[in-house]
Amino acid sequence: MPMIDIRGVSKWYNEFQVLTDCSTHVEKGEVVVVCGPSGSGKSTLIKCVNALEPFQKGDIVVDGISVSARGTDLPKLRSRVGMVFQHFELFPHLSVLENLRLAQVKVLGRSKSEATDKGMHYLDRVGLASQRDKFPGQLSGGQQQRVAIARALCMDPIAMLFDEPTSALDPEMVGEVLEVMVGLAKEGMTMMVVTHEMGFARSVSDRVVFMDAGRIVEDCATKEFFGNIEARSERARQFLGKILAH
Amino acid sequence: MGGFDWSSIANSLPFLMNGLSYTVQLTVVAAIGGTLWGILLALARLSGIAPLAWAAAAYVNLMRSVPLLLVIFWFYFLVPVMLQSITGAAYPPKIGPDRSAYVTFILFEGAYFCEIVRAGIQSIPKGQLGAAYAIGLNYSQAMRLIILPQALRNMLPVLLTQTIVLFQDVSLVALLNVTDLVGAAVKIAQRDSRLIEMYTLVAVVYFVLSYALSLGVKALNRRIAIIR
Repeated sequence: MPMIDIRGVSKWYNEFQVLTDCSTHVEKGEVVVVCGPSGSGKSTLIKCVNALEPFQKGDIVVDGISVSARGTDLPKLRSRVGMVFQHFELFPHLSVLENLRLAQVKVLGRSKSEATDKGMHYLDRVGLASQRDKFPGQLSGGQQQRVAIARALCMDPIAMLFDEPTSALDPEMVGEVLEVMVGLAKEGMTMMVVTHEMGFARSVSDRVVFMDAGRIVEDCATKEFFGNIEARSERARQFLGKILAH
Repeated sequence: MGGFDWSSIANSLPFLMNGLSYTVQLTVVAAIGGTLWGILLALARLSGIAPLAWAAAAYVNLMRSVPLLLVIFWFYFLVPVMLQSITGAAYPPKIGPDRSAYVTFILFEGAYFCEIVRAGIQSIPKGQLGAAYAIGLNYSQAMRLIILPQALRNMLPVLLTQTIVLFQDVSLVALLNVTDLVGAAVKIAQRDSRLIEMYTLVAVVYFVLSYALSLGVKALNRRIAIIR
């Protein structure tokens, strides 16, 4: 059974259809990169996985639990799936350590000292232990994103969702965030990553999903996706041509 | 006119101070109560639950469209009669000007604070709520722990400015024969026939306090900005 199973998901904003019959899956320990031109629906799709975005048709099953079923405890499901956002979304009124502790205490019911230990463990892991008492606004973009990753890891997630984690960063900070993500992938974390970083996709991911205009156009092994370009759809070739030219 | 005579002020100072303390008390209670009521109204307006949002909007628009003086009279004179007809009692219940004043100001200010709180909540980037949900918080935790603390901080200067306006508006209760600062001054002024001195004094007190508070708000404004 896949860790994340996306089954025929369609979504509309009023009349406008943003996702059309999207199906894919992420196995346990697998790293799947979702790419495609902007506006293709990849961010919307990944936000459907933890029900931050509702959808009208199809279903998504995370570790055996349907996100659209009526009885599903969504806060509990979300607490088990880590998410990292394009704009970090750290809580600006809380210190770095408080950002890491909050949900551990309020959602998982851990004691403050337990949450502190866990928080410091992951903060150390992303190389920011010395920043524990700073506020998010005092950190660089790259540092904020590393804290955001640590915040998600503190919940001991069964899978991690990354929604364009490096798109809002200055170029010189992209590397430090990718490095943390590569480390996670190597340790066997289940990851679904929306990104334009084709270097990351090629070297780290197991599979690549290519989206265009709300549809999943390609869904294949990374080797196949990059190695056999002739077999790709016209749209994917165009996209790769543009993005790999840089 | 016979020149100013300040002796009646000196003699009645304790009485005036009592009046001022009543004014401050009513202001503080109405500001806190109004803020809490305003937060509930704002959450109702933003709830996305149509009947709830509609009811809150109707309440807020009604309160904001009726002069405060009329609302005060309405609560003081008409609500007891209404309660009488609802309960079928022989006499209207005695609510008294004090209780009536507290209730009126909390309910009236709630409508204004609601709009401030609503703007404050809407000023928080949408992604913050998404992030709060994503780590497993439910709606009330997300509001209480993430959105409202940031929103209240953003709108604190406006809330305090509205409180200064409230501080001045509270003087209208003098019309219910309540002894707030103005009520106390009216009583002394009539007893001693010293209208000019009394009303000048009260104006000066109001000016000094209001202006000092507004300077305080400005200073606070510079200090509390969240670093983003």
